[in-house]
Amino acid sequence: MADLQYGIACSHVPLIGVGADQNREDDPYFAPIFAGFDWTRQWIMKPENRPDAVILVFNDHASAFSQEIIPTFAIGCADEFQPADEGWGPRPVPVVKNHPELAWHVAENLIMDDFDMTIVNDMPVDHGLTVPLTVMFNKPDSWPCRVVPLMVNVVTYPVPSGERCWKLGESIRRAVDGFNEDLNVQIWGTGGMSHQLQGPRAGLINAEWDRKFLDDMTEDTDRLRKIPHIEYLRETGSEGIEMVMWLVMRGALDPQVKELHRHYHVPASNTALGHIVLENVQ
Amino acid sequence: MNRRDTFFRQAEDIPGTTLFTSGKARQGYWINQFSMSLMKPENRKKWRADEKKYLEDWPMTAEQKDAVLARDYNRLLELGGNIYYLAKIFSTDGLSFVHAASAMTGMSVEDYKAMMMAGGRPVEGNRSIREGN
Repeated sequence: MADLQYGIACSHVPLIGVGADQNREDDPYFAPIFAGFDWTRQWIMKPENRPDAVILVFNDHASAFSQEIIPTFAIGCADEFQPADEGWGPRPVPVVKNHPELAWHVAENLIMDDFDMTIVNDMPVDHGLTVPLTVMFNKPDSWPCRVVPLMVNVVTYPVPSGERCWKLGESIRRAVDGFNEDLNVQIWGTGGMSHQLQGPRAGLINAEWDRKFLDDMTEDTDRLRKIPHIEYLRETGSEGIEMVMWLVMRGALDPQVKELHRHYHVPASNTALGHIVLENVQ
Repeated sequence: MNRRDTFFRQAEDIPGTTLFTSGKARQGYWINQFSMSLMKPENRKKWRADEKKYLEDWPMTAEQKDAVLARDYNRLLELGGNIYYLAKIFSTDGLSFVHAASAMTGMSVEDYKAMMMAGGRPVEGNRSIREGN
């Protein structure tokens, strides 16, 4: 049977992708950003940790989805997904290969569990999905695992609540546990942490709030799942709302988890970079 | 007041922030769709060759077109543009999110970068217009 033991969260700041694509990892600006992923890069490639498939929760930034169609939750079910051209040409990263059987299985189970998923086959994937792959896996010729893309609308309001995202995570876990193939599955939640990219308040960072959010991934998840939209907006900037996607990841793990690694750094571009690796407590 | 109304009302109290609501999405539909068109290399080429002519094909208001030509991003947010869509315009200009963000805050790029290196804009004093906190 499929097994889900680990959850990872990380920011998906586009500039991190630029730093990697231009081989600037050792620049003074980028060095502390990438250094915090060294632990994870070693950990994740050990045979006992390496995922066969990752369910990667991300948001599209007006790349695959325009204002024509705005799904709240969408799951990619095609065999593969191409890196998107976000205005300066596609990132030079490998094509993203799906595990379509797992993707369809999760989609079917979610729908049967009252989550009205949008099924997507044609979906260029932008920095929201490819930057997390880069920070975990560096620059392989092909990504070392299959990736099931799960897209959440956090752009056009109202976006789904933290509580709804948590429950989606719980439902994903039930689906994965019922998948009849020996498969090491991880779930990743991406985006955040505090940042605001728009208007006169741009540049807002709230390190204290972010650190509490990281702490409560293990210490007080009841608090996290009840954080209202307005608190994310006020305290963490208009784009800090992306952290609801971390709750999809956390909801898919066991109630008790152990923190294996954490990285927090300001700034990455306009953003507080956050990263955490969590393991179910047996 | 229902949940939706309460939330939208509360969001208006956040200083220097425009929430991309249904109202904005309707108002700015064509700003955002025009911006999306710049994801295609052939469209970027046409746009760079003659920006005004390129905009003729898009049913935006004169005010919206002027704001696009002026790269007035705060105005574009007011007129229904969303930052992730507007990013296609400044990306086509070869500018980063840091450049666009500094322009929207009225700071020079150097000052804005220095603020970010020093830990970013503090939340203290930036939470609520009403509460002034």
